Amino acid sequence: METRELICIGCPLGCMITVQMEDENVVSVEGNTCIRGDKYARKEVTNPTRIVTSTVKVLHGDKNLVSVKTKEDIPKGKIKDCMRALKNISVEAPVAIGDVILENVVGTGVSIIATKNVEKQ
Amino acid sequence: MLLYDLVIVGGGPAGLAAAASARENGVEKILILERDKELGGILNQCIHNGFGLHTFKEELTGPEYAGRFIEIVKELDIEYRLNTMVMDISKDKVVTAMNREEGLFEIQAKSIILAMGCRERSRGALNIPGYRPAGVYSAGTAQRLVNMEGYMPGKEVVILGSGDIGLIMARRMTLEGAKVKVVAELMPYSGGLKRNIVQCLDDFGIPLKLSHTVVDIDGKERLKGVTLAEVDERGKPIQGTEEYYSCDTLLLSVGLIPENELSRGIGIEMEPVTSGPVVNESLETSIEGIFACGNVLHVHDLVDYVSEEAKTAGKNASSYIKNQRAKGNEHKINLIATEGVRYTVPKYINLEQMDDNLTVRFRVGGVYKNSYISVYYDGERMLHRKKAVMAPGEMEQIKLEKTKLQQYKDLKNITVKIEEE
Repeated sequence: METRELICIGCPLGCMITVQMEDENVVSVEGNTCIRGDKYARKEVTNPTRIVTSTVKVLHGDKNLVSVKTKEDIPKGKIKDCMRALKNISVEAPVAIGDVILENVVGTGVSIIATKNVEKQ
Repeated sequence: MLLYDLVIVGGGPAGLAAAASARENGVEKILILERDKELGGILNQCIHNGFGLHTFKEELTGPEYAGRFIEIVKELDIEYRLNTMVMDISKDKVVTAMNREEGLFEIQAKSIILAMGCRERSRGALNIPGYRPAGVYSAGTAQRLVNMEGYMPGKEVVILGSGDIGLIMARRMTLEGAKVKVVAELMPYSGGLKRNIVQCLDDFGIPLKLSHTVVDIDGKERLKGVTLAEVDERGKPIQGTEEYYSCDTLLLSVGLIPENELSRGIGIEMEPVTSGPVVNESLETSIEGIFACGNVLHVHDLVDYVSEEAKTAGKNASSYIKNQRAKGNEHKINLIATEGVRYTVPKYINLEQMDDNLTVRFRVGGVYKNSYISVYYDGERMLHRKKAVMAPGEMEQIKLEKTKLQQYKDLKNITVKIEEE
C-alpha cells in the first residue's frame, strides 16, 4: 500500500488530502471537504495533466517571440520534454492566435498553438 | 485642442472593457491612450493560462484574454493611440499627453475613465540592507524579459514573496532552465492561489519558506547570494535563523500599488487602504465625470472582475456624458469597512443614482475559517453569509439591491464586517 499526500487546488481552503494506493488503484481518499477534492485527488494520482505555456521564436515579425500553449493538457511527466521540443523551433511571421505551431508535441497527440498575434515586420 | 466625449487612460484590460462598454452604451467619440506599443496591458506578459473562467467560461492565457477585448475594441471602431503618455489631467478634464509623432498635445474630454493599472512594489519599499548589485528584479520585470523580450535574467534564482506573480515566475524560470532554489514569504501564509502553489512550486520541488524574509544581499557588481531569516509574529527577523543561499538573481514579488500619480495630480480624494481613488456607486471619483476602474482603483486577483468593474464604469460614464443620470443626490449612504474587512469599493452610495443592483468588493485582513460576512443596515444585521475560508489574497463581494435600501428608512451607514458566529 502506498500513501500519497496532496493539496487540493479546487478552492482557497486547500484541503490536505491523503490517498491510499494499491498498485495503480485508489483504495481511499481522505481529508477532502467536498466532492471536487475527491475527483481532483483521483485524477492527480492516476493521470496528472497540465496545460504547458511557453514562447517560441518568431522570424521577421514585429515581435521576437510568440506566446504558445498546448491546446489541451498533456501528462505532467512530459512537461520537460515538451519544453525541449519548443526550444529550437521558430516560426515565420505573421502568426495568429490559434495557429498550430507544432503538431503532436512529444507524441502526446496534442498541438502547440499560438496565443498571440504577431504581424509581419 | 482635440475634443472627445470620453478619454480612457490606459489600454489594459480595464481600459479596453470600459471603452467597449461606453461605445455599446452609445458614446461616440472615445479615445484610449496607451503608453506601451500595443494594447492589452500587463496581460501581454502573462502567458500562463487560467484567465477568463468567469467571463468566457474557458481557460485562456493572458494574451488570448487581451486579444478578445482588443478584437471587440477594433470591431467597435474605437480610437486609440499607442506609445502615448498622459502627463497631466486638469480638474476641468483637459488631458495633456505626449508621443513621438505629435509631441505634446491637449484633449478636452467630457468624461475621463482612469484605468492606469498598478505597479510592483520595489526593493526600495522593503528596506532590504546590502549592496545594489545587478540581478535584483521585480517579478513582473523578469516576466516581461522572459516572455516578451526573450532574455533570461539569470540562472540561480531566489524569489521573495509568494504572491501569484512570484509563483508563476518560479515555474517559468524553471521551465526555461534556471534553478529556483527557494521562495520565501514574510507572512505565515501564501498570498497566492493554492493552484499556483501546487502547479508552480510542488510540481517542480521548489521549497516555500513561510515566515521568512531576505535580510542581506551579497555581491557588488552582480548578485552573489542572499541571506534568509525566519521572522517572528511581528515580521522581525529572528537572530540565529539566518541561512545563506548563493544565487545570481533575486525576484521580488512583494505586492502591487495602484498607479495614481495622475489621480493625485487632479486632486482626487484618495483611499489610504487601497491607494486608489475614493469612489461612489457609479465608480465615480470625488471629481464629477472622472471614473476609475481596474487595478488603479484597487488591486484585483482576477482579471474577470476587472472587466466586470470596467464595464460598469463605461456604462456610468456614458450616462454622465449623455446627461441621463438620475437626478438628485440627497440620500447618501456610507459603506463602512470594519472588524476584519479592510476596505470596500465603492465607499459611498448616492441612492438616487444607484442601479437596481450594486456589487460591493472588499478584502479581508487575515485568514478566516468558517466565519461569516455580515452586513448591517445601520444597527440591523441584514446579511450573514458563511464562508469556509477567506484570505487577504482573495477578493470578496456582496450584492446590494436598491429596492431593499429604499425600503430601509433614512439608512445612513452600511457596515461590512467579519463575524465568527
